[in-house]
Amino acid sequence: MAKLNVITVRYFASLRERLGRSEDQVEADGLCCVADVWDRVSAVPLPINTLVAINQEYASPGSVVRAGDEVAFFPPVTGG
Amino acid sequence: MTIRVQSEVFDPWQELAAYQKAHALVWAGRFGATAVFVGTLRDFNQGQVVTGMVLEHYPGMTEGYLEKISAEARIRWELLDTLVIHRFGPLTLGDPIVLVAVWSAHRDTAFAACRYLIDELKTRAPFWKQESTPDGERWVEDESREV
Repeated sequence: MAKLNVITVRYFASLRERLGRSEDQVEADGLCCVADVWDRVSAVPLPINTLVAINQEYASPGSVVRAGDEVAFFPPVTGG
Repeated sequence: MTIRVQSEVFDPWQELAAYQKAHALVWAGRFGATAVFVGTLRDFNQGQVVTGMVLEHYPGMTEGYLEKISAEARIRWELLDTLVIHRFGPLTLGDPIVLVAVWSAHRDTAFAACRYLIDELKTRAPFWKQESTPDGERWVEDESREV
């Protein structure tokens, strides 16, 4: 399902509402880490406390991304 | 080890009875302690009246982390079994949100593991609560420090 050379970017909860969309597809070319992905999809800095995941595992803004990855950005979790 | 993420209302006490019954033959005589935590939707939170809630989650990652947390508990403590059920979608006041149950030989282990499961779930499982209040909808802020 992962498209060649594309990174799927997903947003949840208040961050999804703030961006007005739940998903983007971006070209992986030139994207090294999670922070690069954010800069590609948004003009504003990554909101403080934002959590990130790569392929549904927690990661950090400096984590390396690859074509085919699913990168997610979301606020602190509040389940339970 | 069972985890379930569902939009349907559930009765935690019926779930417990059914789960224990389903394992009765295998478990007979092997556990002395069952610790249970049930989280229920209140009509107040952080100083405001709450009239309802919608729980958003990250399908796939949610199940992955509930399994991961359950597996960690079983490495840390000697447990017979664990059961975690969590709702998503729209909830009504008084609805159970989450059930965590642990079966083990002794109570110390059962309490500790149950506490671990709910605490780790609250900080790592990707769920987000949006409350309905008389002033409109609001996303619940980080409540991980609340006990």
